[in-house]
Amino acid sequence: MLSFAPLQALAVPRGQKVIVVTFGGGARDEETFAPEGQENIPCLMNELIPRSTFFTQVVNRGILGHYVATASLATGVYESFDNFAMVPPSNPTVFEYYRKGLHRPATDAWVVAPSNGFNRMGASDSKLYGPSQGAGVILPKHLLAAALKQEDAGGYTHLLRDNYETPFYTPQISGNPFQLAQLEQVLRVSVVDFVAHARNLASPDELSVFVVKQLMKQLAPSLLWVTLHDMDIAHSGAYSLYMEGIRRTDRLCGELWKTAEAEPEYAGRTTMFILPDFGRDADGDPGGNGFQHHRTGDALSRTTWMMVLGPHVRENVSVNRPVQSLDLVPTLGGLLGFTPTMARGQALTEVL
Amino acid sequence: MLPSQLRTDQFREYPPAGRQLAVSNLSLLRQLTLIYLASLLREMIRYDWKFPAERGQIDRQLAWLASLDPQELHSLFAGFAQIRLDRKLEDTDWVKMPDDFSERLTAYLWSTHQIDALRSAATEFTERASRATPAPSPAQARLGIVVIGRSVEQSSFPLFRKLRPYGVHFTRVDPTDGLEMLLHAVAARASARPIPYDHWYIEGSTPVAAPPHVSISSYDQLQPVRSRLLDRMQQVIDSGSGGPELLEVTMATIDPQQLGMKGEGRDGVLDHFDVSLLTQGQGTQIFSTTFVMWAAREALRRAEPVTLMARFTPRQRLRPMNELMQSRSHDVEPDPQGSLLDADMAAYYIWLDQQRLADSAQASFLVWFEGHNEALAIAPGLPRGTESASPGNLQQILEWIS
Repeated sequence: MLSFAPLQALAVPRGQKVIVVTFGGGARDEETFAPEGQENIPCLMNELIPRSTFFTQVVNRGILGHYVATASLATGVYESFDNFAMVPPSNPTVFEYYRKGLHRPATDAWVVAPSNGFNRMGASDSKLYGPSQGAGVILPKHLLAAALKQEDAGGYTHLLRDNYETPFYTPQISGNPFQLAQLEQVLRVSVVDFVAHARNLASPDELSVFVVKQLMKQLAPSLLWVTLHDMDIAHSGAYSLYMEGIRRTDRLCGELWKTAEAEPEYAGRTTMFILPDFGRDADGDPGGNGFQHHRTGDALSRTTWMMVLGPHVRENVSVNRPVQSLDLVPTLGGLLGFTPTMARGQALTEVL
Repeated sequence: MLPSQLRTDQFREYPPAGRQLAVSNLSLLRQLTLIYLASLLREMIRYDWKFPAERGQIDRQLAWLASLDPQELHSLFAGFAQIRLDRKLEDTDWVKMPDDFSERLTAYLWSTHQIDALRSAATEFTERASRATPAPSPAQARLGIVVIGRSVEQSSFPLFRKLRPYGVHFTRVDPTDGLEMLLHAVAARASARPIPYDHWYIEGSTPVAAPPHVSISSYDQLQPVRSRLLDRMQQVIDSGSGGPELLEVTMATIDPQQLGMKGEGRDGVLDHFDVSLLTQGQGTQIFSTTFVMWAAREALRRAEPVTLMARFTPRQRLRPMNELMQSRSHDVEPDPQGSLLDADMAAYYIWLDQQRLADSAQASFLVWFEGHNEALAIAPGLPRGTESASPGNLQQILEWIS
């Protein structure tokens, strides 16, 4: 059945593939688009921004925890659950609106995310929608740990240390995780090949991008959400590792766009949104410790940017009016043709 | 329970000096809003282990609050009073466990979108308190010294970029005996004014000297404590109860003796400080660069020293995923180049922290790339945003900025 998924995807009118990339977790303007930060993002600066409409002020007024903030991006409502609790969003997600509104199959919406906590972000607990209308969620690192465990009973739990906000705390996964057995069925990768490939990758985000590419090849979903997270190593206080994470994320964004341009199912019909989930604390705020955390809720930690690329999107355009991170879902609704009834925010007409 | 219902016996588990402080200010405490009071109790419960500067700050603030009439107090705390609290929060034992209350409060305020209201109320209160109870001027102008880049033979990284606008970038520094000169300057200042906790030396590895009257905090010397702490953290995690919040509260209440810091002649205040670096600073347990950055920040914020020298040494390298998969060895090599970048940013943060203290306009600051010709100095008498190619050594630079 699954092998026919690309044909199903072809039923969607042309120009309606969407990839959302969260450039996370947590990047400050200072290390990205501010003049002193631009050297860290050569790919975004030189290759992608000239082809994009760029929103220079995207404000996030919600909770600045990665899972809850990313879930808020996906629901279009500022979710208010405990960031460290493994609960689904309270409001319908973009995946549910999309699948239910357009009668799309389960194979047409996917989330690829780094951390156990994101396991529940594919669907809300809304009675009108819920998991049967949600996205498939793949946590590549979790998958890798399971594969390694199968290969060797030894402990690779350190690979799961992905929650940099509480670096020693690795919660047990709950919900309905993507199973190891589905690797071959869905991604068409054997466990052995998956592990072998992972052995050549330097970071969890690289593994996520590998999984995304496989999904694009095998299922060609029309709505694909990838959450990058390497740079959240900033919580450890090592500035060089945070910068390394930003540079890697920059490169991976470029790779994703190139893949979208090269894959027949995506070429010429894909709109890609790239945005941080939020920023990090300002150097000058005595309540924080600069880049290390995102605890103060100051303006720098709440204000980021968004880049939109696609065949119908105006190139090399900057939008300087402030917009909200909640505007993403209504914009996706306008683009894909569904109505996000419970989402707040406004569709961004500049890219519709 | 509400603040107005406070009783003397509720402080019986506080350490002696903290208990005495709370009891003698009971009538004032009963008039405070819960949010502010709980944050004050977090300080009082640790009062016995606080530095003189911190104690002075608390004492001044209490005296000021006690001098206000009820209407003035009401006006002062109006911002806090407008924040809606959950009944469950009020019912927690916030007297006995103010840290637990604080954790719950923060989570609650984020989830009810009131964190900005707290931030605004706290900022306003802090500004008014600072105006009303200014910190005393230091006995001598402050001097901050940061040493970065140990073990780096060559680097093309442009150092001190964030600090250059504020001082002079020296490019022909003679590095001979540089470390000794800096330590000598610290020792001389401590010897001239031997006030407890006024002079600090924070070291990323093992201290190269132990000058009298200088408080020393060292990453390597705390290695046994770090190991015991990581074991305790693992126990909490393995217990499967609670979550990150429980872990944070458990960490915040660990006593130095529980981590093996026992014996005659120990400095309890310094021991508590060291433990707090490891329990409340993220990354301090695993990266020496983060330890030094956080220790310097906390020493400046809490002890308000007049002399602080922080020396960064290479932290362990973060192993990439593929390497972790191929080897389970715990042996890790250092990362001098990455540590140089970490320390360069940290030096900027240390300067910012020093600038937050009283009489910052008189303070001096020096950062040196250890073993190399580059340094940057900031001082009242030095020009800003300039570069000097004049030859000289660190002793001379110290004389210029002192």
